[in-house]
Amino acid sequence: MTEKPNKMQTNNLNFFYKDFHALYDINLPVRQNAVTALIGPSGCGKSTFLRTLNRMNDVINGSKAKGEVLLDGKNVYDADVDPVDLRKKVGMVFQKPNPFPMSIFDNLAYGPRIHGIKNRGRLNEIVENSLKDAALWDEVKDRLQQSAMGLSGGQQQRLVIARVLAVEPEVILMDEPASALDPISTSKLEDLIYQLKENYTIVIVTHNMQQAARVSDYTGFFLNGEMVEYDVTNTIFTAPRDKRTEDYITGRFG
Amino acid sequence: MNKKIVRYYEKGIKYVLALTAGTSILILFLIFFFLFREGAGVFAHVNILDFVFGKDWSPVSEPPVFGALPLIAGSMVVTFGAGMIAIPTGIGIAVFLAEMAPHSVREIAKAIIELLAGVPSVVYGFIGLTILAPLIKDIFNLPSALSAFTASVVLAVMALPTVVSISEDALNAVPQDFREASLALGATKWETTLRVVLPSARSGLIAASMLGLGRAIGETMAVLMVAGNATLIPHSIFDPVRTITADIAAEMGETVQGGLHYQALFGLGMVLFVITFFINLITDLVFAKTSSIKRGASL
Repeated sequence: MTEKPNKMQTNNLNFFYKDFHALYDINLPVRQNAVTALIGPSGCGKSTFLRTLNRMNDVINGSKAKGEVLLDGKNVYDADVDPVDLRKKVGMVFQKPNPFPMSIFDNLAYGPRIHGIKNRGRLNEIVENSLKDAALWDEVKDRLQQSAMGLSGGQQQRLVIARVLAVEPEVILMDEPASALDPISTSKLEDLIYQLKENYTIVIVTHNMQQAARVSDYTGFFLNGEMVEYDVTNTIFTAPRDKRTEDYITGRFG
Repeated sequence: MNKKIVRYYEKGIKYVLALTAGTSILILFLIFFFLFREGAGVFAHVNILDFVFGKDWSPVSEPPVFGALPLIAGSMVVTFGAGMIAIPTGIGIAVFLAEMAPHSVREIAKAIIELLAGVPSVVYGFIGLTILAPLIKDIFNLPSALSAFTASVVLAVMALPTVVSISEDALNAVPQDFREASLALGATKWETTLRVVLPSARSGLIAASMLGLGRAIGETMAVLMVAGNATLIPHSIFDPVRTITADIAAEMGETVQGGLHYQALFGLGMVLFVITFFINLITDLVFAKTSSIKRGASL
C-alpha cells in the first residue's frame, strides 16, 4: 500500500481530566482518505483521544490538553482556532445513535441551517445527497417529514452519519459507531465506511477487532493511556512488534 | 404455602395502591358534585349565559344582579399578565441554571428559588401592598396603584418557583447526546440551546407554564390585597380588578348558607373549575401532539 499524506497528526499529545492523566505523549498520524482504527481495552483512552481531535473534550470541566493536534499542519488547540469552526471540518458520530427528536429532513438540515443555508431548494439537495451518500435515501425518501426517532437503530446511525456529511466535513470521527447495532446493520455500516473513505478521512474507535481488521487501513493500539503500536492494519494483525499488542489481538486480555 | 402468602401479598399491595389512586379520583368527583349541589340553585334564578356573560355583579342590591363577566375578566387579565411575566422569566432562569451556570451557582440559586415557593401568600400580598404598589404608582404615575398590573407582578413572583423548577427539570431531562451531537456539527452553545435543547424540552416547558398559570389563577389572598377589587371589566392593565377567587373569599363571610348569594358564589367556583379544567385539557392535548414525534409516530 502506498503511504497517503497526513490529514491530521498529533505530536506529544497529553490529556488531563483535572488530576487524572488520561493520555501520554500520543504521536499518531491520520492519513488522508484512509480509515484509521483505534483499538484497545475499555478505559485505555481511545475515545478520549478521538475527542481531542475535534475538541469535544472542551465541554468537560477541568479538562486540559498539552501538545499538538495538527489539522492540515495547523494546531487546533492554538488560541486563534474556534472549536466551532473546527467541528465543521471534523465531524463526529457517537456510540449511541443520537438523532434529534425532529423529522428526518430537519435532522439533516440542522447543520446546513446553522451554517446559514436557508434556501429550500439548496437544503433539499443537501438532504438528498447526504442521505444517498449514507446509503439511506432509498429507505427513507418517502417519509422525510416523519420523526427520525421512528427509524431502526441501524437506520438512525446512518442518519447520524448523513447528518455529519450534510455539513461537508473533511474528517469524520466515529466512536464505536456499531456497538449498539445488530450484525446486519453493522455490516451495512461497515460497507458505508468503506465507501466514505473515497471522499473523507475517517478515524474509528472500535472494540471489535474483526471490525478494525475489516474496515481500516491503519490501526493504533492503545493501552492505559499510551499508544503502544501504530502501523498498517495488516501488519498489526499479522505481525505486531509489541508483545502487548500481540496479547491483545490474540485475546489474552481486554 | 409460602408461595400462597407471596401471592396474597402481591395482590394486597395492588389493591391498596388501586384504592389510593381511586380515592384521589373520588375526591375530585366529590368536589365537583359538592360545587354543583351548592351552586346549581343559582341557575334557577339566573340564566347561565347571563351569569357568565352578565356585566354587572351586584349581589347585595335589590334585586341582586349576578353577572360574573367582570370577575372572569379580572381573573383572566391578572393570570394572563402574570403568565406574560413569569413564563419567559422563569424559562430564562431555568435555561441559565441548566445550561450555563456553574454547578455551585446552580445549586445555591435553585435552593433560593425553591424557598420562594414556601413564602405564605399573605406575605406576598403584604409586600405587594406596602412596597410594590407605591413603587408602581410612582413609576407609571397612576391615581391608584392597586390594579391588575400590580396583581400580575405579585402573582408572577409567586408562580416563578413553579415555572423555574419544572422547566429546569425538563431541560435536565434532555439527553446529553443531543447537545453533543449539535456541538459536534459545529453549532455554538447558544444555537444548541435554542434549536435542540428547548424544542426537545418543549412538553416539559409547556407543563411548567401551565402549572405556573394554574398557580396564578387559583391564588386568592395576594390578589385580594393588591388587585384593587373593583367589579368592573378592565379596559387597561392598570385598572383595578376583582378576580373570581378574591370575590369568593371576600363575600363568602356575608352570605346566608343556602341563600341565593351563597349559591352564586358556588356558581363562580364552578366557572373557575371549568376554566382550570380547560387549561389542563389544552395542556394534555398539546402534550399528546408534541410527544408523538419523540415516540416516532408519523405526523
